[in-house]
Amino acid sequence: MSNKEVALSEAETGSRLVLSRIEVDGGMRRRLLDLGFVPGNEVEVIQRSPLGDPTAFRVSNTTIALRREESSRIFGEPEGEELA
Amino acid sequence: MNTYTVALAGNPNTGKSTLFNSLTGMRQHTGNWAGKTVLTAEGDCVRGGTRFRLVDLPGTYSLYSNSADEEAARDYIIFENPDCAIVVLDATSLERNLNLALQVLEMTSRVVVCINLIDEAEKLGIRIDLQTFRQRLGVPVVAISARHNRGVDALMELVEQVASGQLAPHPTVLTYGDEIEHKIGELEPLVRSALGTRYPTRWVALRLLDGDEGLLASLKKRLHDRAMPQSGKEGEIRYERTACH
Amino acid sequence: MSAPHATNTPDPLDSLLAQAQRLASGTTVRDRIVGDIYRSSRAICKAAVRYEDKRKLASTHKLDRILTSKLWGFPIMLAVLGVIFWITIAGANVPSSLLADFFGVIESYLTAGFEAVHAPAWLHGVLVLGFFRGTGWVISVMLPPMAIFFPVFALLENFGYLPRVAFNMDRLFKKSGGHGKQALTMSMGFGCNAAAILSTRIIESPRERMLAILTNNFVPCNGRWPTLILLSSLFMAAGVASGLQTLATALVVMGFVLFGIVVTLTVSWLLSKTALRGVPTHYTLELPPYRRPQIWKTILLSSRDKSWNVLKRAVIVAAPAGILTWILGNIYISGDSVLQHMAAIFEPFAHAIGLDGYIIMAFLLGLPANEIVLPILLMGYMASGAMVDADGLGNIKELFLDHGWTWLTALNMMLFSLLHYPCGTTLFNIYKETKSAKWTFLSAVIPLAIAIGVTFITAQAARALGWV
Repeated sequence: MSNKEVALSEAETGSRLVLSRIEVDGGMRRRLLDLGFVPGNEVEVIQRSPLGDPTAFRVSNTTIALRREESSRIFGEPEGEELA
Repeated sequence: MNTYTVALAGNPNTGKSTLFNSLTGMRQHTGNWAGKTVLTAEGDCVRGGTRFRLVDLPGTYSLYSNSADEEAARDYIIFENPDCAIVVLDATSLERNLNLALQVLEMTSRVVVCINLIDEAEKLGIRIDLQTFRQRLGVPVVAISARHNRGVDALMELVEQVASGQLAPHPTVLTYGDEIEHKIGELEPLVRSALGTRYPTRWVALRLLDGDEGLLASLKKRLHDRAMPQSGKEGEIRYERTACH
Repeated sequence: MSAPHATNTPDPLDSLLAQAQRLASGTTVRDRIVGDIYRSSRAICKAAVRYEDKRKLASTHKLDRILTSKLWGFPIMLAVLGVIFWITIAGANVPSSLLADFFGVIESYLTAGFEAVHAPAWLHGVLVLGFFRGTGWVISVMLPPMAIFFPVFALLENFGYLPRVAFNMDRLFKKSGGHGKQALTMSMGFGCNAAAILSTRIIESPRERMLAILTNNFVPCNGRWPTLILLSSLFMAAGVASGLQTLATALVVMGFVLFGIVVTLTVSWLLSKTALRGVPTHYTLELPPYRRPQIWKTILLSSRDKSWNVLKRAVIVAAPAGILTWILGNIYISGDSVLQHMAAIFEPFAHAIGLDGYIIMAFLLGLPANEIVLPILLMGYMASGAMVDADGLGNIKELFLDHGWTWLTALNMMLFSLLHYPCGTTLFNIYKETKSAKWTFLSAVIPLAIAIGVTFITAQAARALGWV
């Protein structure tokens, strides 16, 4: 088990994280929660846009793109390599 | 002939409009709800001697008042009181979609849950156990593929049964953490005494705890309108052709 | 609608809210509510849903890895755009000529019929040369490209490509101060600006929504595609070897679209630094899984709904305009027709921006619908004496050349069409959506000023350099 918390914006493409904190407020927080960015949920970093931002994330079996402004304030703990 | 109003709710991109169009045979007219800023389509469909007036609510991720379309969808279910609400779910991302279904179940018991895009899910190797869904949710659940017209008859049969009262679903009550449950317990009797039981009291209490002031504003307006029957034009729908060409 | 309402006790709802606020204070109720609902969803899904093959679920990502990749994202976007134009132009050529021939034959029968019953010449003029010929040209010029463009675009939309365009271009819109979803509303504008104005409702921040509304006009809508395509193929691609003409036309049209996008971004940027200052709001963009569109259904529906509606609108507006233009062109005052007098008024201004008085008149009369600008212009030219046989599209070019057109006239007419004020329906929708006369006015004046500015510069530069 890893225990280092990182922001989604810093997580490597292809990595999976378990969400720990969401430091976004107001309406955006509500929207993120509705979309499945809920502490405890798993998120996979899918891909960055050709211009570097936004980044697509896989959460609750859907793909959601977030800009750096948001993804830098959502934190999670990287999951260990899947046992192959 | 009986006419039942049926609302279609669901996340964006679940094929809600495909279902709507296939049921209404593309005879729908896009209309603006009076006082609403968000387009909502309405159309009729006749099946086996029953007429359904279908209302395609805006696709939303939730029914909390985060945005104008979420508010419009929520107000329709709560205030226009449709005979049945179909919650359309995307079979390929059920977890998030179910979120909305659970919210609707807190608002009304006259619900049929419809898992759409079942063909896509099958292709992706997603196996869905409908019986477990029925048990856990306490309402009828059908799997359909709107674009291939699969399961639509079964869906509409259930809708008719629910709308006519032949079938009275008992949605499972979603329980929250102790602290929230405690607060609901405190607030719900107050809601009942202020509003009566016209609206789902537990749900209203939850919304109030969440600080949903938009809902309160809507409630207030409705109550005042009811106090003056002359101006009570709620439920009346005015149409306006939109400039689509 | 405030009516007397007896409230002698404090509103029970207010005290209810106060009570709720007291209970909710200091806790993150919302997080817990949503968290608990998600927990239930997850529990139910865990019990009822089984994934046989996790790898299959990722099939969409494989495609995205190419379609939105650093290397291929933009080239593919351009290629897709280019291919759509190429298919439209290549496919529309033959049916357009066939339709024009067909209407030409009908017209000769009609003329023969009018002669047989000894109908007065003015009646023949109004009905056949004005009404019928005008409508016939609208149909033969507009129907084939629309019948190809709309279905192809709809297929792309149903496949799920548009959100990827927004994903690819987001950074550009962010830099220009706009909302990420502006890429989506802009794409809708390719179909119809009036409908795209309604689609800006997906942008919740009023400031960014206004940006999207004010700049939507800079991508060509279906009313302007025919103008761009026709003039490109007649004037821009004319010098290219015949085998490559379609390709050249497609590239020219694509160039105009890209220019429109650059203008969109630039104007957004300028506005967000001045009248609509602010920082971009937060947003989330869902990338839905790719879905195979139902090809025939999409084609049939988009032909029926879109092509038919646009055509209907064009004919309804073009028919009376055709009659009016013919009448104006055939009432003579001191030697010249009314039409010629009117065009003469605009001539000096028109000349400065590389156009002529008839073109300006066509744009003014075309305010209700962009679709009719070109037909009005053609009818104006025809009514002004230069009679041509309506037996082929090739004659359109002769008609233009007879009126002193050069490549600069064509270029500037295309630029003006791309950049000028939105059509009447769009302006009406902007007013309905913004409820502001000021912003509606600006949404017409800003594009108009840009259109005049750009065409003025190209005209003056081309003349100064001796290119025309």
